[in-house]
Parts: sequence; C-alpha cells; structure tokens
Amino acid sequence: MSTILHPIMGFVLAYWQQQVIKLAAILVAIPVGGLLLGYVFLMKMMAHMQSRLGPMEPGGFHGWFQNIGDAVKFIQKEDIIPAQADKWVFSLAPYVVVMSTFLLYLVIPVGPDLVVSNLSVGVFYALAVGSIGVLGVLMAGWSSANKYSLMGSLRAAGQLIAYELPLVLAVIGVVIQSGTMSMQGIVTAQQKFHIFGLNLGGMPFIVTQFPLFIIFMIAAQAELTQPPFDMPVAESELVTGYMTEYSGFRFLSFFLGEMGSAFALSAIAATLFLGGWYLPMPQSWINNNFADYIGPVILLTKVMFMAFLIFWIRFTYPRFREDQLQAIAWKYLIPISLLWIMVTAILKVAF
Amino acid sequence: MTSILSPTTTAALNPANPTELRQAAYIAQQAADVRVNVELETDSGMTINLGPQHPATHGTLRIIARLDGEQVISCEPSMGYMHRGYEKLTEVRTYPQITTLVNRIDWLSSFANEVPFILAAEQLMGIEAPPRAQWLRTLLFEMARIANVALFLGDMGVQLGAVTPVFYAFRDREHVLNQIESATGGRFHPNYDRIGGLKEDLPKGWIAETRTVIEKVVNFCNQMDDLLVGNEIFGARCRGVGVIPAERALDYGLSGANARASGIDWDLRRDSESPLVWNKLDWKVWTHPDGDSFARYWVRLQEVRESCKMITQLLDGLPAGPIMAKVPRIIKVPAGEAWVSTENPLGEMGYYVVSQGGLGPFRVKIRSASFNNISIVPWVTKGVFVPDIITILASLYFILGDIDR
Repeated sequence: MSTILHPIMGFVLAYWQQQVIKLAAILVAIPVGGLLLGYVFLMKMMAHMQSRLGPMEPGGFHGWFQNIGDAVKFIQKEDIIPAQADKWVFSLAPYVVVMSTFLLYLVIPVGPDLVVSNLSVGVFYALAVGSIGVLGVLMAGWSSANKYSLMGSLRAAGQLIAYELPLVLAVIGVVIQSGTMSMQGIVTAQQKFHIFGLNLGGMPFIVTQFPLFIIFMIAAQAELTQPPFDMPVAESELVTGYMTEYSGFRFLSFFLGEMGSAFALSAIAATLFLGGWYLPMPQSWINNNFADYIGPVILLTKVMFMAFLIFWIRFTYPRFREDQLQAIAWKYLIPISLLWIMVTAILKVAF
Repeated sequence: MTSILSPTTTAALNPANPTELRQAAYIAQQAADVRVNVELETDSGMTINLGPQHPATHGTLRIIARLDGEQVISCEPSMGYMHRGYEKLTEVRTYPQITTLVNRIDWLSSFANEVPFILAAEQLMGIEAPPRAQWLRTLLFEMARIANVALFLGDMGVQLGAVTPVFYAFRDREHVLNQIESATGGRFHPNYDRIGGLKEDLPKGWIAETRTVIEKVVNFCNQMDDLLVGNEIFGARCRGVGVIPAERALDYGLSGANARASGIDWDLRRDSESPLVWNKLDWKVWTHPDGDSFARYWVRLQEVRESCKMITQLLDGLPAGPIMAKVPRIIKVPAGEAWVSTENPLGEMGYYVVSQGGLGPFRVKIRSASFNNISIVPWVTKGVFVPDIITILASLYFILGDIDR
C-alpha cells in the first residue's frame, strides 16, 4: 500500500489517506469475500452438487440475483428480540462475531507491499482474534433465553476450544520451518524454500507440512462450524442452535461472519501452506511492483480452491456427534500434529 | 404434561360445572407448558421440547425429553396434534367415499392405504377383482412404497446433517410420482382403487416409461449406498445407536422394516394370503441381525431394490383383460366383520371393518404402523445423547398422519 502512495508520502494528508484506504479495503473485502463465497459455493456449487433448482432461477442467467434478493429479504425483515432475552447482550452478539472476522483480514498479505498491517506476530494475532468469535456465539446463546440456543452455544464453546489447539499446533510447524510469525515473512520464506537441492524458484510449505495442512483444514472446518462439524447449529437437532432467535439483519450478520471467516481462514491456509500471493516468478516482478497487481489474483485463486475444499466436504458428509468430535480432536489431531512438530524441529536442526 | 391444577384455582371453581373445570385444566396445562419452556432446571435435569414445531419431527410430533447435560434421562412422545378423526369420519361416509379419506393417513404412500380397506370391503361383499386389476394394484402398491421409502433414504441424511441425499431423493421420487399421476390422475392422493377393480386402465406408453423410471430409482439406491451406507461418519452415528432386540420389538408391536431390522423374518406380503400377486413374484425378504439404526436404514434400502425388481416382473407379466368386476351401481355391503392387513411401507396396516348392511361401515378400526413404531421411543432412547434421539426417530421412520390418523 505504501508503495502505491509513495509520490504523496511527504504530505500530512498521506497518513490519513492511507488509513482511509486501509479501512475501505477491509470494509469492502469482507462483504465482497463473504458474498463471493456465498454466491459461488453456497449457491451455485450447491445447486449443481445437490440438483437444487431454486438458486438457479432468479434473475435469468444462472440465478445471479439470488444472493442480492436474499440480502434484501434479510434487511427488510423485522428485527425481533424475544421478551425474555437479555437485550443488550442479544443485540451485540452478532457484531462481536463479525468484528472478529474483520480483525482477521488485517494481517493477510495480498502482495509484496499490499498488507494492511504487517505484524511481526501475524499468525499468532490471527489465531487470537479468530477465537473472539466464540465469545459472540456464547453471548448469543446465553442471551436468547432459549434452551436450544443455550445448548448450541455450549456445544460451540466446547468445539471451538477443542479445535483451537490443533489449529495452533498446525501453524507451529510452519512457523518453525519459516522461522517467523509474520505472514509476509512466511510468504517470503516460501519464495526461498527448496528441498533436495531442487530450486524451482520457491516451493510451498504443503510439500513438507502435508499432515499439518490436513489437520489445519479439518480444524478450520470445525472452527467455521461447517458440516461435518456443525453440531452448534445442527438444523435438524437444535434448530440452528445459537442463531434460533435471530432474524433480519442480525441473522445476516451471523451469516456474513461465517462466510467472511471461511474466506479469511482459506486465505490464511493459502498463505501458510500454498505460498500466498506468490507463484514462481522472476525477482524483477517483485522489485518493480508488478507482483502487487497479480498477487491478489493469485491469492484469490488459491483461496477459492481452499474454499472449494471446505464447501465440498460440507455438502458431502453427515455431522459427527459431540463426543465423537471431541475424540477426534484430542485422540488423533493433537497427537499427530505434536509428532509432526517434533519431526519438523529435528529436520530444521539437521538441515 | 398432564393437567396440573393448582389448589388455588380448583377451590374457586364450581365442581358441578364440567365445562369450567375443563377450561381451567386447559389453562393450567398451557401454563405448565410455558413453565417448561422458560425454566432451565438443573437439579433434576432440564426438560426440552422437541416439537410440535421442530425440523426433526417432520410434522407435529412432540417429544418431551428430560436431559442431564446432553444425556437423555427420559423421553416421551406426545401425540395427537394432528388427529383428524378418520375412524369416526368413516362412519358417516359411504364405502366409495372412504378411499379419499384413508389416502391421507400415510400421505407419502397414499395408494397403499386404499388397498387394505378396499380388500376388506371386497371380502365382505364376496367380490373378487379381475387379475389385471390385482396386478395393477400390486404394481402401484410397490410404486407407492418406493415413493415413500425413497424419501426416508434421503431424509435420514438430513437428520444426520448431510443435506445432499434428500435432494437426490426428491429428484428421483418425482419420476415415480409422475408415473403414479399419469396412471391415476392424482400425484399425491390417487384415489384410484375401487371396490371390484380400478378406476381406469393404464394410459398408452406407461409401461415403457415406468421401466426407465425404475432404472433411475435403482441408480438412486446405488447413489445412497455410496453416499451414506459406505460413509464412516454415517456408520459412526448409526451403528449401535437405538438397538432394539427382537423380543422387545415384538413386545412393542413393531412391524415392517423396523421389525425386520431386528432380525424378525416376517413380511405380510409373503406370509399372508392376499388376493394381490406378491406370491407369484420372485423376491426376497431382507433381515438384519443388529437391530440398530444402521440396520433399519440398510433393510429399507434393500426393500426399495426389491420393489424395483418386483415392478419389473409385474410389468413383464401384466395380464390383459378387464379391470373392473361386476359391481352393483349402489354399493351396499352385507352385514359382517372383516380384518385385512397388508405390508405397507411403514409396516403392518390393517382395517377392521364392521358392517351392518348400510351404505357405509358401522365402525372402522385402523391399525397404522407408525403409532406402534413410535411407542418404543421412551424405551429405546433411555441414556442416549440428544443427537441420537434424532437418529433413532429418523431411523424408526414415522409419518405424522400415520400416527395420529
């Protein structure tokens, strides 16, 4: 960002201009990212995979109007707050969820210079703010004064805490290998990374961290409460769990938060394991800012691939039971990731 | 929830006025319901209402579950939210009018509901329908079975969280419904069976079309085999959940696929004398020794495949001839009693018809399968987790109209 704005950096206005552009980028990125996933995967891919006829109709070509129509429908609906509900907590909960999603986008680099905030502890920060969403879910469940919501939110808390661990452990392998926690640093490390003397102009970490990549994707699926890990919302059991009492724009906020975090987690996975905005390219492209233009496109392609995996699994599998889900996290994912971290550490010292 | 009258309200009431008492009882019950919904009891468990409006009950079944955390202490189905009084209504209808009513009992396989009633009436009148009508009845009976059980095969996926199978089920079931519609004129409620035969003969080209439809259904079964039966998560959710031993199943009067999944080799199509032509066909009764939710799903999947086999044979061997026997213009059934039951998609369905020689029956008792199938829920759900209630309910497979009539 700073490079684009370089000619006017000297001015006092520059600081504010930069902040406004950053803010606008974040404010645009989340709804656009969320809607993009909602449109491409939740509507079109689902319609094709499940032979659904509805989402292919509205607006003529391929049902392009469906998402807009849905959004308009949600916005014009009455905002209902149950009589027994804790009003303040109830109204704030969706925004807590959305806020945690917004914060995730801060550290994702989309080009050599295009990152809102290049924190030195980027990955750590992303995982930390990502778990704020649990608070919102708990708030929603408790304040709704509904047993289904309460059970849903308690399930969500148990699940998100259990899967936070494999998510963090899966990231640790990458951090050890790259030697940095900065997201931009991890991308740079993958530009320079090569194994067995095979230098192809960089190599993604998925080559060496494949088990952790699988664990990360499973944990991400659980963090997003997508099937097969959707017990907190479980439509056929808990009537959408903590979202039961929400309507209108607040419900839309939950939905946007879910899609937005799906986008953000896909982007983090793409950055950590697939090389982020980088593909093998000449160093001059990075030096003369050309990478800033194609970086977002490359990252978006990778993100869409990751999101495709997430949604593909979502449309295929039934959901686990609560105890089976905990068993998977504690008995399999955590030991395997610990083992692989050890292997990574040993190899890091050896090479 | 039984009617709980608090001492203060009863004192103020006039015991000689039953209406007032009944009203007070009703109000007290409503109040009790509201209390159940609001209180979050923790000492002796939490009471949770599954239904009457709940996605898992696909209708208005209400399950009152007392929970300790996620574990079920006790679970009780409360029925009657959709009682429509068909047994009483039949007493003020003539025989030909009744098929319209009984269509609506198990609304997914309407034609199968008509057949036992018509057979009972024919038995009382001493009429037998011509062979072609009997073959067509069997044919449509099996198509109704596919229309019903195919939806179960998909719906089980939805209850367990996989949304895809139900859309496939609706897609392929639609073809079967189209065939039923083109033959009978009614997509959901055919009202096609008549005393002494059928309403009309088949339209032109129906047999060839039905063959292609059956191929689609067989493909659908294979798809479900891949999507659900072979799925590890599906296995983990269903195997060992809601195990019903054979003697328990008999105690509670389970029938149909639920009984066969517990290892009871009993199918009325094979084991009872019926004017319908199942005994002339080559097919197999599938049983499963486990008695759990997976077994119930598996048995029903095999049943749809057997139905497809049967339909192919029925189409091959369909005899020519009239579809209606000689029946008087005004149907009067001679005095007497008859009990006819058939193997419906949900289990044994029977009609006990008592006639006193009038235009309509004097009394009809309807034995519907779902009522018995659901009665085992309190026993089988003891100690399971909340998601398992849904698995068990889905695998027992009930239709609300079939419970409440």
